[in-house]
Amino acid sequence: MTTTYDDLLFEISKPGRIGYSLPESSIEKTDLTNLVSDHLIREEPAELPELSELQVMRHYTGLSNKNFGIETGFYPLGSCTMKYNPKINEDIARYPGFAQIHPLQPEKTAQGALEMMYRLEENLKEVTGMDAISLQPAAGAQGEWAGLLIFKAYHQANGEGDKRRKILVPDSAHGTNPASAIVAGYDVVEIKSNKEGRVGVEALKAAVGPDTAGLMLTNPNTLGLFEVDIVEIAQIVHEAGGLLYYDGANANAILGKSTPGEMGFDVVHLNLHKTFSTPHGGGGPGSGPIGVKDYLKDFMPAPRIKKEEDEYSLSYTHPQSIGRVKGYYGNFGVNVRAYSYIRSMGAEGLLQVSEDAVLHANYLKARLEPYYETPYKDHCKHEFVLSGIRQKKLGVRTLDIAKRLLDYGFYAPTVYFPLIVEECLMIEPTETEAKEQLDAFADALIDIAKDAEENPDTVTGAPYTKAVKRLDEVTAARKPIVVYQKN
Amino acid sequence: MTDKAKLFFTKEHEWVELVNDDYVRIGISDYAVEQLGDIVFVELPELKAELSAEDEFATVESVKSTSEIYAPVAGSVAKVNSALEDEPEKLNEAPFGEGWLIEIQASEAVDVSGLMDSSAYEEYVSSL
Repeated sequence: MTTTYDDLLFEISKPGRIGYSLPESSIEKTDLTNLVSDHLIREEPAELPELSELQVMRHYTGLSNKNFGIETGFYPLGSCTMKYNPKINEDIARYPGFAQIHPLQPEKTAQGALEMMYRLEENLKEVTGMDAISLQPAAGAQGEWAGLLIFKAYHQANGEGDKRRKILVPDSAHGTNPASAIVAGYDVVEIKSNKEGRVGVEALKAAVGPDTAGLMLTNPNTLGLFEVDIVEIAQIVHEAGGLLYYDGANANAILGKSTPGEMGFDVVHLNLHKTFSTPHGGGGPGSGPIGVKDYLKDFMPAPRIKKEEDEYSLSYTHPQSIGRVKGYYGNFGVNVRAYSYIRSMGAEGLLQVSEDAVLHANYLKARLEPYYETPYKDHCKHEFVLSGIRQKKLGVRTLDIAKRLLDYGFYAPTVYFPLIVEECLMIEPTETEAKEQLDAFADALIDIAKDAEENPDTVTGAPYTKAVKRLDEVTAARKPIVVYQKN
Repeated sequence: MTDKAKLFFTKEHEWVELVNDDYVRIGISDYAVEQLGDIVFVELPELKAELSAEDEFATVESVKSTSEIYAPVAGSVAKVNSALEDEPEKLNEAPFGEGWLIEIQASEAVDVSGLMDSSAYEEYVSSL
């Protein structure tokens, strides 16, 4: 019988099979009990899988072939900016001066690495319109949390820490916004979007007050719409004594066009793994640097990069700092990739990134508009939302449409988010796709819309071409098995 | 199963059953359940918790999203439907019956004048 490598390593295992035979050691053997105290030694040997090297290779290669990534196909996952990450970033990150250094080696011997961090901070200042950057946060949500701790430190320094307890969050926000606010010890107040899908100025005025610590906003927002009233919004929050937080998840739409600084934001984070083309999701750790305006500099996480003449160092003495938010200095290797991207694109290139990302999204939206409900008619930025309500009336839900797309070789868009759009599909094509690819995706969605009318069973039965079909998500969520159980 | 016609509703899709003048049973409507999809987890308040009107008192998690449930009336939590902890699917199967969430003892007669009756709620839902 042929072994299929869908089996777990534990299931393929055969007692006594080994991958390597080591030669007899010339060093004298010592009994383990001489080195470790008895209570730390397990009574029965650990049940490790026993396989040959080839079996292990086939197992993992099999798994990797099942993987879907941006290099496999189109990945229009709204709000996640699944752009292609140019390979030059990987080359640069593998330079020995970046790849083979240790975070604890003397600063004098890591000047190049420190200079890279300093320059990346300078570049990100320009992109965000902020006065100081910290590269420490490991991802967007950690950036949010660190940024809110800075809000807190600021209000405390002004003697208003106890009074300002509330963070305002629009109902279209990423779920991480309210979650970060709660983790930072704040209460969350939800602001309802207006009919155009934006923060209503009147609703905001009614919500701000002496208890407002600040507002968290994504701009463009999760509907792909630019908050056109942003200057007035900033004014309302500032006049109430609050601060503004910019969620940079959608920064891919504004590069070189506008900055959160100009818009009136006080603290921002960027997702380098979205906008600045570093590996994403399963492909690598994230990076969520934060930026602040001058008056918040002293609260930034320490250590900070310091440049004196031509010498770079890490400075630890910042008594008002919120402290360290991550071990060492952030996800360094990821930050190298982002720096490589910024330098290889240049200012002109980054401007074109945003222009093309917006163009691609509007092109797809225009092609799909006759077939799907578009709840917001304005031109979009880098992403847009469709609603599957027409199809739902025919018995085809957005989930079915998403599953059917898999058969066409596409990753499904974000679905059922933002929560304010019924049967939502949220599509972000990014700038790195060719027109043919965008057309192929539009054609597929148009086919599916036609099938929803003529052959709904084709859509509701999908996917047909994948190794696994519909998974029982409900039972998995209601009765999860979180630990491997050996039969 | 509770008779839907005798219930009162909020715009946020909670229902209220007047068991006594000052004692109510609370749940969420069939429309809310339909919107949420398959419910996988329900978090309920502690017994005797004091609620003000519009306080968040429960969280309902479905495969699609997580929703907060708000108290339509003020009072003390007298009973919680703890069966939902192990069988959240009851909320999908019978939102007006076995899927009820909590019962509240109010300190005075409950005023339902701010809530919709069943036919007003039907009309409200069809306008959404």
